[in-house]
Order: sequence, then C-alpha cells, then structure tokens
Amino acid sequence: MKLLRLKPGHGEIVLAEGDVEVPEQERELIEAFRRELDAGMWAAVPTEAPGSRREAELVKSFAEVPRDAERVIFFPRAAGGTFQR
Amino acid sequence: MALPLGTGAILLVVLLWELVRPTLKRAVARGRLIWSLRRSASPLAGYDPGRERRAELRARALLRSCIDERDWAMYRDLGFLRVWGGLGEHGRGEHASYAYLIYPHRPLVAFVPQTSALLNEYCIAFPDLSRPYGSSRLPDSDDVLAKWMALTADERRLIADANMHLPGRQIDPGRVRRDLLRLARWEQDRERLGRDPRGPSRAGTLHA
Repeated sequence: MKLLRLKPGHGEIVLAEGDVEVPEQERELIEAFRRELDAGMWAAVPTEAPGSRREAELVKSFAEVPRDAERVIFFPRAAGGTFQR
Repeated sequence: MALPLGTGAILLVVLLWELVRPTLKRAVARGRLIWSLRRSASPLAGYDPGRERRAELRARALLRSCIDERDWAMYRDLGFLRVWGGLGEHGRGEHASYAYLIYPHRPLVAFVPQTSALLNEYCIAFPDLSRPYGSSRLPDSDDVLAKWMALTADERRLIADANMHLPGRQIDPGRVRRDLLRLARWEQDRERLGRDPRGPSRAGTLHA
C-alpha cells in the first residue's frame, strides 16, 4: 500500500509505502496516515467494483482503508472558495 | 584653541547632518518599499514554469490511473470532466437527474443532462496552507482529481462545504453551454467510431 499526498508545485509525493500484512510496515503506514489527518488532510481511496464505474471513498481512520487498497491519496480539506477569471 | 576648534567641529557635524538627513530619510523609505515589494512578490519570484509543468505531468498520470478510461479521454480531449450527480431520485449513473462539470480551479457547474439547463455553480477549493513553493494551488489535474474524489465519495459533504451561486457568477454560461455541446459531439464521435465498450450513453446535451 502506498500513501500519497497531492502537493502544490510537485504533484503527488509518496509519504509511506509498505505491506499491511507486515506489522512493522503497517505501524509506519498508520503513523503516516495519522500525521496527515492531524495536518487537516482528507484521505481518499480510489475504488473500482467489477463492472462498475471507478469512484473514491473518503476514510477517516486507517481501519476504514480496505486491506487490499493499493493507494490512499491525501489532499487538502475542501473549503468554499472564490475564483478569479 | 581647542575649545573653538571643538565647537566648530560639532557645528560642522550638525550642519552636515541637517543637510544629509532628508536624503537619508528618502533612501531609508525607498529601501523599506523595495524590501516590502520583494516580500510580497516572493511567491511569484519562486514560480518555476518547469517545475509546475513537471508537477502537472505527474498529476495527469495520477488522475488517469484513478478515473475511468472514458472519463480520462474526456478530460484529455475536452479539458473537463462530467460526473453524474448521486443525490437525485435516479441515483448516480447515466440516468442521473443532474450532473456536474469539473473544471480545474473553477467552480463545479451543476446541470440537467436532459435539457442542458444550468443549475448552480459550487465554488470549492483545496488550498494547501503549508504553501510549498509559495503557492497553495494544486496542479490543475490534482485539483480535478481532488474534486472528483470528494464528489464521488461524499457529494453531500462537498456541496455543503462549497459556496453556491447562480450560474454565471464565475464561469460564463455561454462557455458552459458550448462545452456541453462539445461533450455531446465528442460522445457521438466515440460511439460512431465504436471505441466505447460501454455503448451509447447520454451526453447530457443532445437537446442543447
């Protein structure tokens, strides 16, 4: 599993990568996950059910991440914005 | 002898100071102005077009890996994504009663697929307050991906966080209608060329 973060001026960066079945690596993934949530990020898991459209799922804790998820993508929390033409 | 010389020296220094003071004052003021301008211009000064381009290329690759092939082709060819609304009576999908257009760094535009009537604009942003490289703006395709993930995962929450406006507040309605027409033609072309394994689908603008 990879934890990615969308970042201005860079695109995504890899925050952590590991196998959730390996306790040591899972601990590192959980710590990185918590750090991002504490920093105010949203976490989404891209999903694809067989025969259906791709979607995403927002998760609020590492326990909600499907064990077979390949990626969790962190991005800044949404805020009502204004845009300049 | 020393006293008159000392007094003369002090007078000379005072006179010189009085002569120089206005010039010094102006120089200090100009220095402060230049310093403050440099500070305020620092995000622009840190702008690197090459870095931004590389970031956008990465963002496009990530977006492509997350969304359907058909949606990727739509974004690549037209510059925006259509996402079906999921809160209507028909649920999400091609029979949805409304849909959104996602533009990079522009509001979401909600519309009725059957009539192409524009419903609302939803201003939403994903500012990274840590401002790496001096900017809080995600690359264009990352902004689209963030909107797509938030919309497909929790549409109700995203819309609740957005500032809602009538159509035309930020995006020219004429442009949106033209984009809906482009989308309809694009979908017809794909169907005609038989490249779409999903078969015919509503573009949402066949009546536009």
